[in-house]
Amino acid sequence: MTKKQKLVLYRIILAAVLMAALYFVPVKGYLRFALYLIPYMIIGYDILRKAVLGIVHGEIFDENFLMAVATVGAMLLGVYNEAHGVEGEFAEGVAVMLFYQIGELFQSVAVGKSRRNISALMDIRPDYANVEDESGNLEQVDPDDVEVGTMIVVRPGEKIPIDGIVAEGNSTLNTSALTGESVPREAGIGDEVISGCVNLSGVLRIRTTREFGESTVSKILDLVENSSMKKARTENFITKFARYYTPAVCISALALAVVPVLINLCMGNPANWNVWMIRALTFLVISCPCALVISIPLSFFGGIGGASAKGILVKGSNYLEVLAQTKYVVFDKTGTLTKGVFQVSGVYPSEAFQGEASALPAADGMSAGGEEIGRTAAERYGEAGGKLLALAAYAESYSSHPISRSLREAYGAEISQALVTDVEEIGGHGVIANVGGVKVAAGNAKLMAKLGLEYDRNTGVGTIVHVAVNGSYGGYILISDVVKEQSAAAITALKKIGVKKTIMLTGDSAAVAQQVAEQLGLDEVKSELLPGDKVEAVEALLAEKLPKERLAFAGDGINDAPVLSRADIGVAMGALGSDAAIEAADVVLMDDNPMKLALAMGIARKCMRIVYENIVFALGIKAACLVLGAVGMANMWVAIFADVGVMVLAVLNAVRCLHYTSE
Amino acid sequence: MKKTYKIEVDCANCALKMEEAAKKVEGVQEATVSFMTQKMKVEFAEGADDKSVMQAVRKACKKVEDDCEIFLD
Repeated sequence: MTKKQKLVLYRIILAAVLMAALYFVPVKGYLRFALYLIPYMIIGYDILRKAVLGIVHGEIFDENFLMAVATVGAMLLGVYNEAHGVEGEFAEGVAVMLFYQIGELFQSVAVGKSRRNISALMDIRPDYANVEDESGNLEQVDPDDVEVGTMIVVRPGEKIPIDGIVAEGNSTLNTSALTGESVPREAGIGDEVISGCVNLSGVLRIRTTREFGESTVSKILDLVENSSMKKARTENFITKFARYYTPAVCISALALAVVPVLINLCMGNPANWNVWMIRALTFLVISCPCALVISIPLSFFGGIGGASAKGILVKGSNYLEVLAQTKYVVFDKTGTLTKGVFQVSGVYPSEAFQGEASALPAADGMSAGGEEIGRTAAERYGEAGGKLLALAAYAESYSSHPISRSLREAYGAEISQALVTDVEEIGGHGVIANVGGVKVAAGNAKLMAKLGLEYDRNTGVGTIVHVAVNGSYGGYILISDVVKEQSAAAITALKKIGVKKTIMLTGDSAAVAQQVAEQLGLDEVKSELLPGDKVEAVEALLAEKLPKERLAFAGDGINDAPVLSRADIGVAMGALGSDAAIEAADVVLMDDNPMKLALAMGIARKCMRIVYENIVFALGIKAACLVLGAVGMANMWVAIFADVGVMVLAVLNAVRCLHYTSE
Repeated sequence: MKKTYKIEVDCANCALKMEEAAKKVEGVQEATVSFMTQKMKVEFAEGADDKSVMQAVRKACKKVEDDCEIFLD
């Protein structure tokens, strides 16, 4: 509790004790009123002061004003009764003020606590950086003061304070503060490391490549802290609502106090004005809008905090709202649903090659490692297949093209380049080389045509490397992009959560796109698109959907900034370390798991449900109590529940936004 | 020019009032107050001197909510 809150607590206790004591004191008349004034002033002086200040500054009709009018009214009514020989009721006015303060205190403590919890969840700010001086001593300095190119030391258990490149040491890093995933990453010399990760095992010396303010951790903090500045429509609605609501209630209360009395007077009935006065005051107490004004921003804040703990950064409450209404999800293919890395997915030796393979010296002749390799590759792709892959990998060993790299990766072990001679690269076709005495040509269909060889045309979908061995066709190797393990589950989860349609956009060929779409169960696929076409495709979908339905676009943030901004909500994946993605998107998934999108939508939906629950609940109870109060069926105690009780319940409900578990 | 200031405010409604008040100050283009992060973000109008504008903002906010505080440094 803060100092202020403690002071309020002491005042509450003191006032409550005094009130209880007064209950047993047998004094009557104005003395009693004077005695009740003591706890009243103790508990209510700040409210009265604020109400007066408000009136002076032309800021009437706020909650302080409501409480001041209600309680002062109640006290004066007591005095009026005393003056007319009836015993006056003073306890009620004091009690209303007392309970109002208890409610305020509770709310302030609860809100403060959840605010701190959420902030702690998002607090990935490193406190210091270790800089080594000439004599090798470590000095802790403020990360803000570290210049680019400084050598910093990160010991096990410490946070990496600034982005940089590892100059010395090996370690594993825990990225869970950034991604929500606990799988550690390896980091060795030459690797880029990102601030905010926790060093787990070894000491790392890191040469910084950025200033602290430009580092990943600062950018993320900045983004999360600013997220509550972008208010959701619902939040703005409540603000506007409160602006009209409070004056409206005050006027209604005034009308309730005056109109029935005037009617009674005109009709010649007794005026009964003290009855109507009490009703009007009750009405005022009930009407306080705090429950909404507090619980709704708190819900959004909790939702954003809960999401960021899971590695999902939502840039504003408004995006949480849109995410909850998303019915169409458009995916980019490469790097989003697929890994964006090319891997050998099949080796298809021709029949002729299968017959000859065993006769080739290749696998045996190729270095000491060759034996080993021949075996592992052969295990996966058969004897002939293994040999074909080995020949292609050797032939392509001088190339740095991604295709060659994936061939080498599939082959699996060291390649002794000394065995490869007479390498001839033919741009746009492939490569011809002598591999341990075997003449190998590896490349696309054009290369085969150029060599005048008949080749297999019924290949699978992907990039094809045809291989010719000693002048005759040996078969082909299929290389394709691999679908992420979680993609299919993510599509299913999105469907389950209520997404109507999943669409994939890709620049790839129709055949590849179709295959991926079928594998994942996507509803629609648009292929062979240029980057500009993607925007058009999204615009067409935007025109097609119903106005209340929202469209989300998920991409890897590279090259798709225009689409990210055109969609109702842009989601960037695998953003860890990619500034462009963090800037372009509205929602940022720190790792590249598409499952997180379903998780983000789940959180958004839960959050919105709680927001609406609170609106309906708070307004419903208030409306019911207001009606009961107006007809005289609700007393002050009901009124206090309608104000403080509803607020407390709404705050407790709002805190639930912080926790989301997907089944 | 945009700047963020740390603030201290007790209730969400008061934060709204501060936001309203800050918006009305001359030299302020746009102002947002986040009760949750206890921060005020101010976008200054072209050519406005942020120091003097913020003094005025602080005064205006004190007027609507005398418990609040804006830390100007």
